[in-house]
Amino acid sequence: MSIEIVSVNKQFGSFTALNDVNLTVPSGELTALLGPSGSGKTTLLRIIAGLEIPDGGAIRFDGEETTDRHVRERQVGFVFQHYALFRHMTVEENVAFGLTVKPRKERPSKKEIRERVHELLRLVQLEGLADRYPTQLSGGQRQRVALARALAVEPKVLLLDEPFGALDAKVRVELRRWLRRLHDEIHVTSVFVTHDQEEALEVADRIVVMNKGRIEQVGTPAEVYDQPANPFVFDFLGSVNLFHCRAEQGQARAAAPELSVGYVRSHDIEVERRQSEDAVEAEVRHIQAVGPAVRVELLVRGTGKTVEAELSRDGADRLALDVGETVYARPRKMQRFVGDYQI
Amino acid sequence: MATRPITRNTVIPGFTPTLGYTVFYLSLIVLLPLSALVVKTASLTWGEFFATVTAPRVVASYKVTFGAALAAAGVNALFGLLVAWVLVRYRLPGKRFIDALVDFPFALPTAVAGITLSSVYAANGWLGQYLEPRGIKVAFTPVGIFVAMTFIGLPFVVRTVQPVLEELEQEVEEAAACLGANRWQTFRRVLLPELLPALLTGFALAFARGVGEYGSIIFIAGNMPMVSEITPLLIITKLEQYDYAGATAIATVMLLFSFLMLLTVNLLQKWSRRHAA
Repeated sequence: MSIEIVSVNKQFGSFTALNDVNLTVPSGELTALLGPSGSGKTTLLRIIAGLEIPDGGAIRFDGEETTDRHVRERQVGFVFQHYALFRHMTVEENVAFGLTVKPRKERPSKKEIRERVHELLRLVQLEGLADRYPTQLSGGQRQRVALARALAVEPKVLLLDEPFGALDAKVRVELRRWLRRLHDEIHVTSVFVTHDQEEALEVADRIVVMNKGRIEQVGTPAEVYDQPANPFVFDFLGSVNLFHCRAEQGQARAAAPELSVGYVRSHDIEVERRQSEDAVEAEVRHIQAVGPAVRVELLVRGTGKTVEAELSRDGADRLALDVGETVYARPRKMQRFVGDYQI
Repeated sequence: MATRPITRNTVIPGFTPTLGYTVFYLSLIVLLPLSALVVKTASLTWGEFFATVTAPRVVASYKVTFGAALAAAGVNALFGLLVAWVLVRYRLPGKRFIDALVDFPFALPTAVAGITLSSVYAANGWLGQYLEPRGIKVAFTPVGIFVAMTFIGLPFVVRTVQPVLEELEQEVEEAAACLGANRWQTFRRVLLPELLPALLTGFALAFARGVGEYGSIIFIAGNMPMVSEITPLLIITKLEQYDYAGATAIATVMLLFSFLMLLTVNLLQKWSRRHAA
């Protein structure tokens, strides 16, 4: 089922959480709402769920007006960052909850509920833990129970609010890959909120980058990473270095030579010992090996600005850099944005 | 090698003196008087003991005391929960004042409470003048005892439930709503089980207070033997007749009842917390 968000506004006191947001989430896709904290991504998710009421605008599910419909009737599955499991119920009771609160006429029989719950527990790989209480589970297991509970009512839309935010790094990576595979299996329209660009890039079909209550860019992971619409998106999706260079457009000739800013990712900076045409002279300030990569902090001569280059282990070994040495940094790929130099 | 004493492994100093002090203090304040009670009672033979504690007037007083305390604690559990709910969940004018008012029965001297209640519920009192003509007699009947016990028991339930209610995550209720549960189902199946341990504690405290209450009740109860006489009053009566052994015998029975009650509530609590690992 597709979700349509039409010029939605939301204000909390004097704080504008959402400012005229328009977005269409296509059916069956896994969409990430990505942005820093306070960007309005969670508010947008809660408005889609019906947990928050927009001040203006409309929400449509498959073209059908849903704005005024209560959470109960929206048939959304919601997964909370801190799981929000019912502590006094076993895993099985938690997952069955959505089925057991149905009106008597629609409620499946006890046996059917049991079968459905166990089928879901199989899906989230927690079959042996049906009789445990949430306090007896690890964070990753709890989040999978929360997911199974949300899926039990066969929601039309699955909404996840920072689902991996409370987990430690290794579990987070495992669980998000697992979520990706799960989505490929069940294909329910899903939206998840995250502030982790790596997570969004790895899991989502489509990324919505948000900032200060507005949408900055919507696109596939490759699009937002390789063709960011503005400096904010460029900055938020990865490391950023600024290079000042002369504008090369023909039109600028009449005016005084204008400085423009080029945006370069750390891994797009080549560090060389030989001077070349578009390289800048720099001094090595600091060398730090981070896992498979080596980060080199360079002080650009004459500007006092620092640039961070990310080299592969091999590359760094070949160069055999030392702190204090003079090298040449050459951007392999540079992005320019017209008009706005501010990030 | 012998196991090292625990004191070696802790960063908090003074394990031995504080443990010693605690045991000594509890013995002095709690155990000593209680054993004195039992020792005094032991001066009676079993036959005398049973005759004293099962006399019709004494049995009637048990029924009145424990019955009224149970009913009052039950009413307090229900309405105390409601008060706590309102105080936690809603923003209303004068909330701090209402919040402070809840503690009033704690602070009020019991004799003052007793006088106030009996003047309000007496035939010519504020409420009594409307209730009496309709055939509802409160003052000088067991109903009055129940009213007094309800009055003094309210803060116990509110003050035990309130902090638990404040700490409940909003998200849990939102999760229930997303899963299609209506308000009643959410309350019944999600909130109430979380509140139950605190509610039971409040109930037990209110009950214990009701059973032990003396000052505020004797004014409103009328103290008619077999009808509206509470057990603590009977103990006083026995003392005034210099029947010390008889007084302690009844007191021992009350002690036993209270102990059983506390045990039951503790077991219930343990059961209601069975999910906490």
